[in-house]
Amino acid sequence: MTLQITRQVDARGLTCPMPIVKTAQAIAPLAPGSIVEVLATDAGSVKDFAAWSRTTGHQLIDQSVDGAVYRFVIRRK
Amino acid sequence: MDEPLNVVLFSGTDDRLQAASVLVAGAAALGRPVNVFLQYWALDAFRADRINADHGLAPEAGEAGRAAVDALHAAGQAGWAETLRQAKDLGGVEIEACSLSMDLLHLRQEDLDPLVDGVEGVTAFYLAAGDGQVLFI
Repeated sequence: MTLQITRQVDARGLTCPMPIVKTAQAIAPLAPGSIVEVLATDAGSVKDFAAWSRTTGHQLIDQSVDGAVYRFVIRRK
Repeated sequence: MDEPLNVVLFSGTDDRLQAASVLVAGAAALGRPVNVFLQYWALDAFRADRINADHGLAPEAGEAGRAAVDALHAAGQAGWAETLRQAKDLGGVEIEACSLSMDLLHLRQEDLDPLVDGVEGVTAFYLAAGDGQVLFI
């Protein structure tokens, strides 16, 4: 899957709820359909990003984990 | 999730304010309006001249709790005031001082950190709260 990443959010090392807060801040000014890639190390972020995506309507289109780093790819609604 | 989350902050220790700031920021990130009402010792912690001071921890923290909190902070965890600032940056977060507590502590609004939007009584707080949950921390 090749996606044009509009914005990256490096939330590595940030504790809950900052990965979600930084992502919400980053995605707000973007155009609908923009793609945001987030890197996080908070273990709670897997469930948090799923819940945030479901509640806000922003689409979680890909996620993966590499060692202790979680990666989320989100399409702005 | 249109009903606001309403958080009454009473305790002024850093651990309770930290936990509360996480709840506030999480709700704000979900786009939920949040009303924060500052009473007693929590209001005192929002004084402009000491918001960044050490406000201690709840008694149950003990020495091990103190060490754990310090370690997380040293690892770069945003403090509660910074977390609230980030939450307000998302929009929808209103922080009001309880007017009775202002009298109790002999405070004027200019004594408070700019995080505090204004001073109101409990009736105004309930009006803003609507049918949303009220948490007391």
